[in-house]
Amino acid sequence: MSQIDYGETQAVFTPRPDLPPPAATVGVLGWVRANLVPNWFNAVITLVGLGVIYYIVSGLLTWAVFDAHFAGNSRQACKPNVNIVMDKVATTGILPDGTTLQLETTAARVAVPEGVSPNVRWERRIEPRPQRVAGGRYARVAVEEDHIIEGACWVFIFVRFDQFIYGFYPKDERWRPTVVIGVGLLLIFYMLTDGLPHRGRVAMFLLLPFPVIAYFMFSGGVLGLEYVSNDKWGGLLLTIIISSVAITGALPLGIALALGRRSVMPIIRWFCIVVIEFFRSVPMITILFMAMVVLPLFLPPGTVFDQLLRVLIGVTIFIAAYTAEVVRGGLQALPKGQYEAADALGLGYFKMMRLIILPQALRIMIPAIVSLFIGIFKDTTLVQIVGLNDLLTMMQLGVADAEWTGLSKEGYVVCGLIFFLFCFSMSRYSMYLERKLHTGH
Amino acid sequence: MKNTAILALGVGAAMFATAAYAGTVDDIKKRGELICGVTTGLAGFAAPNDKGEWAGFDVDVCRAVAAGVLGDSMKVKFVPTTGKSRFPALQSGEVDMLARNTTWTFDRDVKLGFEFAGVNFYDGQGFMVRKDLGVKSAMELDGATVCVTTGSTTELNLGDFFRANNMKYVPVVFEKSDEIRAGYIAGRCDAYTTDRSGLAAQRSQMPNPDAHVVLPEVISKEPLGPLVRHGDNQWGDVVRWTLNVMIIAEEKGLTAANVGGMLGSTNDPEVKRLLGGEGEYGARLGLSNDWAMNIIKQVGNYGESYERNIGPNTPVKLARGVNGPWNKGGILYSPPFR
Repeated sequence: MSQIDYGETQAVFTPRPDLPPPAATVGVLGWVRANLVPNWFNAVITLVGLGVIYYIVSGLLTWAVFDAHFAGNSRQACKPNVNIVMDKVATTGILPDGTTLQLETTAARVAVPEGVSPNVRWERRIEPRPQRVAGGRYARVAVEEDHIIEGACWVFIFVRFDQFIYGFYPKDERWRPTVVIGVGLLLIFYMLTDGLPHRGRVAMFLLLPFPVIAYFMFSGGVLGLEYVSNDKWGGLLLTIIISSVAITGALPLGIALALGRRSVMPIIRWFCIVVIEFFRSVPMITILFMAMVVLPLFLPPGTVFDQLLRVLIGVTIFIAAYTAEVVRGGLQALPKGQYEAADALGLGYFKMMRLIILPQALRIMIPAIVSLFIGIFKDTTLVQIVGLNDLLTMMQLGVADAEWTGLSKEGYVVCGLIFFLFCFSMSRYSMYLERKLHTGH
Repeated sequence: MKNTAILALGVGAAMFATAAYAGTVDDIKKRGELICGVTTGLAGFAAPNDKGEWAGFDVDVCRAVAAGVLGDSMKVKFVPTTGKSRFPALQSGEVDMLARNTTWTFDRDVKLGFEFAGVNFYDGQGFMVRKDLGVKSAMELDGATVCVTTGSTTELNLGDFFRANNMKYVPVVFEKSDEIRAGYIAGRCDAYTTDRSGLAAQRSQMPNPDAHVVLPEVISKEPLGPLVRHGDNQWGDVVRWTLNVMIIAEEKGLTAANVGGMLGSTNDPEVKRLLGGEGEYGARLGLSNDWAMNIIKQVGNYGESYERNIGPNTPVKLARGVNGPWNKGGILYSPPFR
């Protein structure tokens, strides 16, 4: 710890802070420069892109927000509160042979009643239309008319939302599916969250007793719950029921089929090949039609074989066939050494599969299986062709009510959002799983 | 080959099933509800309302049958059927009857083994024009441009109508009804032709429905009615006479409101027979004697159902036209109730 005295000539080095990078290369401005306008060509593309985005978003916002109707509980709330009167105007008509003539016609004009603040906007524009003239001929006239600009009628969604969610499920009993789905989602969330105790038990509970409890909660008839026949189940509820049954049923069935297809026992192998290839070669609509229309013809008359059950079985087997092929792909991707190592350890067939092969194979298959499941969730809309009322059908039935005709845009937007919400969360979870399990080699 | 075998089996089973079905009325009574096939949603004819109850002109036929058989118009299970699934659903016995905008044709009546119980709506091809076009009748459409669906019987009917009346027209053909509507609104044509109920539905979706008018002429026949399977004539009679009761009720001025007191006040023997005051007419159908009373009280007469669902004061705005009683210019005519 000796110190050397350098006298008064000692110069102390005091580092100065770095100069900040040029303002144009950092922060928002830098990002904009680097990504949006690095050269004139990209600048043009950026401008065009912004224009397109502005065009779409502004149109969407105008329709969905600024011109939209939110308050009220009937179609009347969305009807314009202004009157349209027909004014007589003089105009020039063009006959099919090209000659012109002067004639009087009518033009639509918006009239705002006294003391009313209009709930719609309108614009005046010219559109050609036919006009009957003397001698039974038709002239084409172009008249400036007021056109009312249609905004979204969200009142329809608000009034019908409970039907979108529950279908025809009786109002007083709707707490039952709400509780079941809520508890189910909570349990799934618990099961999927890392580091919580007893996750395996929760998974077992979800897989075995939970569907039975859910079934009795939905249909009732026990413990003083009112019986609700399953033709009343509908809307998002039905969509969730069909897809979750198909998913939970198809995964084990698919794994079994895939293992069977690779089995050395010819009867099992051929049986699995036939099932897989048959169900993969037929469109889902055909399966549904077979289940709904052809099956009852084979059964003895008077046999009541539940509609929903038939669809569930059909959809599950259909999806299982696809799952089986995905699983087979996963099994084949494993190096032969893994099988041989398991054999060398003296493991039997089932132990080998359970401890060595499937854990590795399933990990590889996560992206493929999840996209299959997302596919099922969307494919459930097909059940409407066999008369089940899923989410999309309930929306379309709503638009078919004379009170709400012509509002399918609003309905499709909302259904699209709901489907997006579900599918996007599934896809995010699969990406998270992939990262966690490091499947990329 | 395999498909043919399956089909043959299916048809055989269907025939077997048809033959084995009898006593539908008893089945319904035992079950406690009528199973009725309807459309998958058609404005004014069948759709659930805001309360989640099915309502509409076709739905009322189902409700009337339930009121007659079970005494309660709400005891109906509605099965939405598509254009493709409706006939197998009826053949296989999944539904007791269909009331879903089905045109009565020879083939359906004879070859498919169904029995049409009557006609609840006489549809037919018509024309729609803008009100300010100044046309009151299709006969004034000489030289007009007409929007029509391509390759349909609609197009053929249109040609026949104009040729038969020595008039000229210019067809403007489209693929889909949405395209036709857009083209018509944009002024591509003077008139728009399709089935009149379809025209009314299209008009209700236009920005300014009151600016358009459906002309009175009907140029093709599309009789729509409820139907049942072959093989149970008693059941067919029940459905047929349910519809007839609604038609007679309008003719006799019986409404949901006044029918309750009618039995005491009327001197009309037909009304007395209808309402169970004379004879055992209900019992002969295997129903209670106040079956017709229940139908009118709970569903109303034909006119009431019409006005409530598709009449001029509803969004569908269909004028009565030919669908009026025979003594008021329409063609609704029920055989006498005796």
